[in-house]
Amino acid sequence: MNMLKLSWKYLIFKPLNTGLNILLLALGLAIITVLILIQDQFENKMTQDAKGIDLVVGAKGSPLQLILSSIYHIDYPTGNIDLKDAQSISKNRLIKNVIPLGMGDNYEGFRIVGTNHDYLELYTVAFQGGSAWEKPFDVVLGSEVAKKLKLNLGDNFIGSHGIGSSSHEHDAHPYRVTGILQPKGNVVDNLILTSIESVWYTHDEEHDHAKMEASVSKTGFPLTEEDREVTSLLLQYRNPIAAVQLPRMINSKSALQAASPSFEISRLFELLGVGVKVIQGLAIVIIVIAGLGIFIALFNSLKERKYDLAVMRTLGASSGQLFLHIVLEGVILTFLGALLGIAIGHLFLAILVMQNEQGVLGGLTAAVFLKEEFLILAFAIGVGFIASLIPAWTAYQTDIAKQLTKS
Amino acid sequence: MLAAKNIEFNYDKVRKFEFPDIQMKEGDELLILGKSGSGKTTILNILGGLLKPLSGEVIIGGSSLYQLKGASLDKFRGKNIGIIFQKPHILAPLTVEENLRLANFFVGERGKQNEALLRELGIFEKRKSKISTLSEGEAQRVSIARALANSPKLILADEPTSSLDDENATIVIKLLQEQAKKFQAALIIVTHDQRVKNFISNQVIVGGTL
Repeated sequence: MNMLKLSWKYLIFKPLNTGLNILLLALGLAIITVLILIQDQFENKMTQDAKGIDLVVGAKGSPLQLILSSIYHIDYPTGNIDLKDAQSISKNRLIKNVIPLGMGDNYEGFRIVGTNHDYLELYTVAFQGGSAWEKPFDVVLGSEVAKKLKLNLGDNFIGSHGIGSSSHEHDAHPYRVTGILQPKGNVVDNLILTSIESVWYTHDEEHDHAKMEASVSKTGFPLTEEDREVTSLLLQYRNPIAAVQLPRMINSKSALQAASPSFEISRLFELLGVGVKVIQGLAIVIIVIAGLGIFIALFNSLKERKYDLAVMRTLGASSGQLFLHIVLEGVILTFLGALLGIAIGHLFLAILVMQNEQGVLGGLTAAVFLKEEFLILAFAIGVGFIASLIPAWTAYQTDIAKQLTKS
Repeated sequence: MLAAKNIEFNYDKVRKFEFPDIQMKEGDELLILGKSGSGKTTILNILGGLLKPLSGEVIIGGSSLYQLKGASLDKFRGKNIGIIFQKPHILAPLTVEENLRLANFFVGERGKQNEALLRELGIFEKRKSKISTLSEGEAQRVSIARALANSPKLILADEPTSSLDDENATIVIKLLQEQAKKFQAALIIVTHDQRVKNFISNQVIVGGTL
């Protein structure tokens, strides 16, 4: 027998009361856990995906939408821009590199993105099989795409028009898988990458077979005399002055807009922050209620237990030990609540990710433990300690003789 | 072994108690008789180190009880004084055995004699049971076993027979006497129960005549 065991015996003596308190606290802490896990990974992922991209240029519209569609591939593109406009901008001395993107098609909900080999370099991809595209309609699959759709090297598929699934299919040209990427845990995992030419030719009415056999451009813009469009451009600055001059210069051109990823991401987090704050507030309210619940449970049980406490004193327990006895009960409760809460949080995130594989939460994982979770544990124990202070003090002051004579 | 001298106590100005001095050796037995409200539970609490008297001194095994303060008084009580209450007051979340071990734990004893104690009191079979499954008589025996778990020098029993029938009352008194002899402990029984008078000849009456 020891103090811990004694407190434990008293807790399991009232399993319903104890269980309810643990569950309530666990619920509040689970919400906090999920928030912490998502926030940490989401911010990491967002920053990682935008790494190396200083500016995105696309059609006029919402700058946030431009960023979301061109970097994270979650929103719809703002529209297309003229290839000539795009090329004229890219001649600017302040620009180090330009990666054009052509979007608008999907296969089974995974976006088909036309670009050049610089895009692969930007995300420093590695191939688990095959190699990058050389000819029109060659595609490289992100690891998730290959896994989910069970596609292998050499397989053919036909893309559909539109960003989401279930639009009409392009029947003419099947894509051919020439490469499959290794998982990187970033946005590329969920993309089907191909050349800009592929995206153009899919939408062409006539079929020029000579064009289909020609090699595609590996860097910069495809060489063409035709009137063509691209969806957006990912720019890298040559020097810091570009950050000051380029956006203003591009935005003043009527047809185009430039959006800075870092600025838009922080704006997005600010917008999301309101929602996060509300949920956090809710979680804290639940935790406070849980703390009160524990306080009330301990305080009420104390009324019935004053006799038990007095008996313990006659058996040789000091008043300090009674204090410890009650505090331990509160702390054991909240400790278990925290463990359960963290477990529920991870489980909840795992379910969330499983149901949202192609969406924003797609690349997240529930199988990570952050040091913040130890803070949750410490916080919970603190709650238990505070909630049990007053009952413990009452126990400490129990007048043995009066208690024993009262019955 | 036990000496109580010049004990005075008052709950308020009107109700003032003076108690006769008590002197006991190892293995002595004493019956404290008195009507309800005569202060017999008060004297028991004072002798048990639970209630500090207004004046006077309680000496057990050479230590003056109320010279001890705080936790050391608690430990002394747990180690040297076994108290049996009118009602058994077994801790319900614990089993019979655990109740005894808790008493051992509070004073740092190993509890080697617990098993023998439970056997002698005829509750060994019930050692793993919760208190709610015991009969009144069994529960009372558990409380005796618990009071004896640390081999006390002084055994105090407060109305141990009042809720028992004649047969069980006799068993309980006999048990207390036996165990006190065995442990060479002084036994004090506080009661208004006339049945007990026949077993213990050494008697003190508090609060006037009966």
